[in-house]
Amino acid sequence: MKKITAAGLNLHYGTFHALIDVSLGIEPNKITAMIGPSGCGKSTLLRVFNRMNDAIEGVRVAGNVELDGENILAYRDDEAIDILRRKVGMVFQRPNPFPLSVFENVAFGMRIHKLARGRELEDRVAESLKAVLLWDALKDKLKRSALSLTLEQRQRLCIARLIAVTPDVILLDEPCSSLDPVATLKIEELMLELKKRYTIIIVTHNMAQAARVSDETGFMLLGRLVEFGETSRIFTAPQAKETEEYITGRYG
Amino acid sequence: MKSRTAQRIAFAVLLAVSCVVFLPVVSIFVILVKEGGGALTPEFLFTMPSEGMRSGGILPAIIGTLLIVVCAIAVTLPVGVLAAIYLNEYAKDNLLTRVIRLAIVNLAGVPSVVFGLFGLALFVMMLNLGVSVIAGALTLSIMELPSIITTSRNALSSVPASFREVSLSLGVSRWRTIRHVVLPNAVPGILTGAILSLARIAGETAPILFTAAAFYVTRLPHSLSDQVMALPYHLYIISTQIPNMPSKLTYGTALTLVLLVFLMSLAAIILRIIFRRRKKW
Ligand SMILES: Nc1ncnc2c1ncn2[C@@H]1O[C@H](COP(=O)(O)OP(=O)(O)OP(=O)(O)O)[C@@H](O)[C@H]1O
Ligand SMILES: [Mg+2]
Repeated sequence: MKKITAAGLNLHYGTFHALIDVSLGIEPNKITAMIGPSGCGKSTLLRVFNRMNDAIEGVRVAGNVELDGENILAYRDDEAIDILRRKVGMVFQRPNPFPLSVFENVAFGMRIHKLARGRELEDRVAESLKAVLLWDALKDKLKRSALSLTLEQRQRLCIARLIAVTPDVILLDEPCSSLDPVATLKIEELMLELKKRYTIIIVTHNMAQAARVSDETGFMLLGRLVEFGETSRIFTAPQAKETEEYITGRYG
Repeated sequence: MKSRTAQRIAFAVLLAVSCVVFLPVVSIFVILVKEGGGALTPEFLFTMPSEGMRSGGILPAIIGTLLIVVCAIAVTLPVGVLAAIYLNEYAKDNLLTRVIRLAIVNLAGVPSVVFGLFGLALFVMMLNLGVSVIAGALTLSIMELPSIITTSRNALSSVPASFREVSLSLGVSRWRTIRHVVLPNAVPGILTGAILSLARIAGETAPILFTAAAFYVTRLPHSLSDQVMALPYHLYIISTQIPNMPSKLTYGTALTLVLLVFLMSLAAIILRIIFRRRKKW
């Protein structure tokens, strides 16, 4: 069974039609990459899955998006949306830890959601840091400000902060675009590790990255999902002319 | 070459103008210290006035002013911060919020003596609070509301949007995001604004003229419904209403008031420096 399915998804920013009839199915415990030129609606699509577009004024969404068989677009009250967001977490383009200590960053969600305290909280912070392979580097520096970390460490910390609240799905919006190539490769390794436990959707401008890490790839153009399928097939035998032109570098 | 000269002249003029701004502040201070510095003895600061205020101290006026000002902030700060949270974090741009914003701007433009009369009508007479600390504090709190709202809003909106975004994306509700993420990061700005407000209203005379200030009271205030002496009003009285007032005491009173305001502003500045050093985004 698919983790997420979208059918006939349309989204308007005011009068601008940003997502046009998007339909797709996201496999659980796989990495799905969304690629496409700038402004084609990749981030918008990602933010549909955790209802982060709700905060933007003038957004209208229509269609059907199901998470584990439940239509998340039908959620009306804020509480249901908050619960959805705990299940579908997001990592942003710019690493954005809070100006708090390493420990407090990871503990943030668990404290607010009252998931753990005291000893258990410490254990779960450690666990989350281990999961993002930061524990060895930071176990003696938990009280340090998160802003003293390198960009790559910050991005890992943001992932740790997210998995501390036990999501099912992790949305990554160009998570490596502010990182250098070495750091990028390390984050990719981490993603491959994380997909054992989480369903991952990643937006990327880096086609090599999509080819390296993802199991499935969707190519978007001007708000439409042009092609969606197994990554190896998309990159070797694209069916649509636009996909071929994009992956061979004839688009921006 | 010609534009170079023009630039030099322009800079010189700007510098001169800046000095002109600086000059009154310095000269006021110098005069006050020279004429009134000798009056600032512990006795002057910590005893009651005597001989029809021509000697003794100004303790009741200092206490009265502190009391009024602290009560005013205690009222205006929570109200102002809540209003700022609503306007900055929740309100959409609609007719209601536009009216509120207009009201805030206009409130800031009302002369302080009008607030005094308003306080007299509303708090002293209609609500029957009498001429009292509480009536004066409420009057000042209304007067200071616009500036508290504005500084608090600025403090809130200077918290990066990404903090809110992350918090929401972790399933934290809007209110808790404000409570646990936005507010803690806005507190420095809010506090600094509050202290500057304190400093400003400490020197206000007109709003407390009809609502709180007394010509002379024989004892220190016992409750918030007491009438009190206050530094600015006391200063006005001793400089205009009392014949043969030793000028040293008048200047000493003025100096005390200025120092009080100065200390508060200084506290705000120090606070801001401390917080700025700590925040690094
Ligand atoms: N808040 C908004 N209001 C109006 N239009 C918006 C808004 N956000 C995005 N858009 C428009 O919607 C389209 C899709 O934006 P989106 O951010 O999803 O693109 P993207 O594929 O993520 O681009 P990029 O690769 O540059 O991140 C763009 O044309 C953009 O201008
Ligand atoms: Mg984007």
